[in-house]
Amino acid sequence: MKSKYLETTLKYDATLCTGCGMCSTVCPHGVFDQTDGMAQLARPTACMECGACALNCTVRAISVDAGTGCATAQMIASLKGSKEPTCGSGCC
Amino acid sequence: MNSSQGNEAKCLSSNIRYNAHSTVHLICVLTSDAHRIIITLGLFGINMITPTTSSITLTEKMQHILARAGLRRSRFRVRPGLYSLGNPNSKSHVFVTANYGLSFDTLRRALSNIDCYILVLDTKGINVWCAAGKGTFGTEELIHRIGEVKLKDYVARKILILPQLGASGIAAHEVERRTGFKVEYGPVRASDIPQYLQNHTTPNMRRVSFNFKDRSILIPVELTHMFLPTIILMALLYFLSGPVPALAALLVVIAGLLVFPLLIPWIPTPNFSTKGFLLGSIVAAPLFLLAFLSFPSAIWWKKLGLAVPYLLIVPSLVAFITLNYTGATPFTSKSGVKREIFAYFPIMFWMFLAGVFIGTLFRFIG
Repeated sequence: MKSKYLETTLKYDATLCTGCGMCSTVCPHGVFDQTDGMAQLARPTACMECGACALNCTVRAISVDAGTGCATAQMIASLKGSKEPTCGSGCC
Repeated sequence: MNSSQGNEAKCLSSNIRYNAHSTVHLICVLTSDAHRIIITLGLFGINMITPTTSSITLTEKMQHILARAGLRRSRFRVRPGLYSLGNPNSKSHVFVTANYGLSFDTLRRALSNIDCYILVLDTKGINVWCAAGKGTFGTEELIHRIGEVKLKDYVARKILILPQLGASGIAAHEVERRTGFKVEYGPVRASDIPQYLQNHTTPNMRRVSFNFKDRSILIPVELTHMFLPTIILMALLYFLSGPVPALAALLVVIAGLLVFPLLIPWIPTPNFSTKGFLLGSIVAAPLFLLAFLSFPSAIWWKKLGLAVPYLLIVPSLVAFITLNYTGATPFTSKSGVKREIFAYFPIMFWMFLAGVFIGTLFRFIG
């Protein structure tokens, strides 16, 4: 198996970009850069799929399967049969 | 959401409804702990703002220490609503945060000497980033809270400053479209706000860090959770199998919860499970030797049979703990963790089972 950091569900359609810069502002890992008034997918492997960029993109140029990168939450979700893993009330 | 939180929402909505004829309202807040009911008698006239300060009292400092250790964390909450810091006017900044005590205190401590408003969202006592992921620090709650506190009556500057990490729950354009308030994302860390307000934002202020200090802060919470289970497990193993298995249990917990968080960047494999296998193997080696040497009178293959389980059980358990550590780090992704579980959990499971089988078998033979 390859490193998980080499794969991500993040997708960016540059043709839709209006250059507002919001994706670069909200990303906590510097995945996007702004060059020539346009967003560039500079470091996709650093993406942690938090979904902030996609949610704040007004033209829906970004899509990502956002969710928690927590093994405990995912294992509990699969045991319970729920599709969307979230932490319990006692967790973070 | 549990039933007590449902009660809280119901109770709040029925009691904090603004009434111009009555100045006394009873605010009943049922905390997440169903046995404990906090009843606060609040005096409300026209003003719905609660004054606060940027100084942290000794009691609050104690609460911070307890929260960092994972004790009484879910009770460490502030009431959602509008707060004033210093003497704000209609041109003052409005900062938005979660109703987890540590989130609120970290923000107001960073805002010393700044006259401003703080809008606290109801995130059920969860910090900004996790609540944003769950959706409670979200677009709907923000829009609801803006209306609830009648924010438009207090500020002429219709700008809200949100923590950057709240962005995974908030659609800024949606908030502006529905309320007229423009959302601006401040820095990741509240301590950078003074610089942010002077337009000195650096790229570093927009990045989450996970340095040695950040990682060591997480240790007390893990230890609190694992302390009692570890003691019980050690006692059981001691009486069932002797001192070496009990020592092994202790070392597994120390390696997985104490040593691993500190060593993450330096263990030279790309994911958490393999890092755990590697660390676990280093711990298992001396245990293997110890077990091998503790049966001097046995034949070599029996010694081997009694020692090999350590090489199977210890790495698989440490790897399992480290795999679960993914949730405490700020860079693992949903799809990445999913792939890791599918690739490595079966290995951990079968290694553990094989170890227990061989160990039990040779204990009966021996």
